Amino acid sequence: MEHKLLDKIEVPHDRFEIRLSGSGGQGMILGSVILAEAIGVDYSKNVVQTQSYGPEARGGASKADVVVSTNEIYYPKAMQLDMLLCMTQESMDRYYADLHKDGVLIVDSGLVKNVPTETYYALPFTKIAREEAGHVMVANVVALGAIAAFTGIVSKEDLIDAVLKRAPRGTEEKNRTAVEIGYAEAMKVKKDPSRRAED
Amino acid sequence: MVDTQRTLLLGNLAAVEGAIYAGMRFYAGYPITPSTEVAEGCSRELPKIGGRFIQMEDEISSIGAVVGASVSGMKAMTATSGPGFSLMQENIGYAYITETPCVVINVQRGGPSTGLPTKVSQSDTMQARWGPHGDYTAIVVAPSTVGDTVTETIRAFNLSERFRTPVVILMDEIIGHQRELISLPKPGEHQVINRVKATVPPEEFQPFRLTANGVSPMAAYGEGYRTISTGLTHDPMGFTTNEPKEIKVKLDKLRNKIMDFRSEITKLRVEMMDDAEIAFVSYGSVSRAVLLAVALARSAGVKVGLVQLYTVWPFPDNKLRDYCQKCQKIIVPELNMGQIVHEIRRVMPPDTEIHSLQRYDGEILTPMQILEKLEEVM
Repeated sequence: MEHKLLDKIEVPHDRFEIRLSGSGGQGMILGSVILAEAIGVDYSKNVVQTQSYGPEARGGASKADVVVSTNEIYYPKAMQLDMLLCMTQESMDRYYADLHKDGVLIVDSGLVKNVPTETYYALPFTKIAREEAGHVMVANVVALGAIAAFTGIVSKEDLIDAVLKRAPRGTEEKNRTAVEIGYAEAMKVKKDPSRRAED
Repeated sequence: MVDTQRTLLLGNLAAVEGAIYAGMRFYAGYPITPSTEVAEGCSRELPKIGGRFIQMEDEISSIGAVVGASVSGMKAMTATSGPGFSLMQENIGYAYITETPCVVINVQRGGPSTGLPTKVSQSDTMQARWGPHGDYTAIVVAPSTVGDTVTETIRAFNLSERFRTPVVILMDEIIGHQRELISLPKPGEHQVINRVKATVPPEEFQPFRLTANGVSPMAAYGEGYRTISTGLTHDPMGFTTNEPKEIKVKLDKLRNKIMDFRSEITKLRVEMMDDAEIAFVSYGSVSRAVLLAVALARSAGVKVGLVQLYTVWPFPDNKLRDYCQKCQKIIVPELNMGQIVHEIRRVMPPDTEIHSLQRYDGEILTPMQILEKLEEVM
């Protein structure tokens, strides 16, 4: 069908759009807030964070978007994702279509088995959190460390500062470790993508 | 200019910041998604500044406590969502007839009934105007960004104090649950209006005295004035009346004190309307999708603009007609089955083509859906 208007529309790519997706309780919304706060330290950028979740306290699909731009952000939700994190198979199936063709896909390799592309990064965030960072609850923070490494949207230092501002008292070290491990593991995968199948 | 005072603020907490800036020192509420963070923020901040926070047993008592606090001299607020807003209507009506300043925030979710607690909607637009029974005139404002939420909350309190009337802030799930980097206003940056207090000797005081602008100076309970608050229709002394003449005077007062000043109450954002042939008219969060759609359509050479309603009620009949007079077509995107579109049909000349663009599945209209509609009507 011919579109006299839509065919002429070019959406300028002046935004960097991030989505963290998974299941309620995995900390995707909190993760996005921390990420937005970390990015917001840079005064040249505008940041908008939005979220979408179900009425359940745990379970149900949960997603959060962070949009970053040096221009004013009119529309607050993501349109063409530059980066998508999937922490469940359901979120993978649901949101892959929203990923830009050059966008970065990151999955929890322990929880997402079917990925509809060859180009993606995979790390077992939940397993790393449980076995190396000291608690399964910091899987989202391990993933944030990896996001910093894979995308460069935020520095590791700014991310750690933002994580520690939100970390409950007594969990600071666990959270710092989680960022460090996520970052380090992602750097290894980035240099040698063949490692990503490891789980 | 680089602003180093920016903070990543949640929309619901922006309402708390605006309210405190405006002088709100009493909050009563019953938490409900997606408005809960307003209550949380007030419970955290009010005790620090000598204010009072109280969680009531339900929404009926919440608005009751707010009215009680206001007639006792405080600036008071509550926040809720659809189901709670429905429960509050009787006492909001009581606030209209007793001319009690207060602010009610409705962070809209999908309905009817419990509906969609975590999903966006604009389906309470008419309820905000016509919720309580009876004849009265409502003031309703609608922010669209986190920054707007601060300034519109300040404005809501100012309008409420100035006109001695409840003001409803229509937010929605997207604005309430969105974080944006904003700078909070500095002291003195915005005007703060306080209600006109009674100054006459106590024996001359009339709680609903007829004045030139319709607004009666107010005395708080306990200040030495004999004052009265009744939901029954009353005369200037506050005594109940069945006299047709006095009844009409009271109802005219409720309407005229607002409608005579409508042009000062209405507020619009006008973008790219100078040469626009097609206009979008919107309010609330959906306006941001429209802004992007308008910018994209302009870059493709389409003469299109946006009129955004910051004041939804009273409806800005004359201003809208002026801004849209050169437009043959108007598109009205709303997150409901078409509510404010009927006002636009009422206001515009009959030969104007008016199109309703509706979405009511719990999601926001996207810029692409708005552009598709634009292409369809072009």
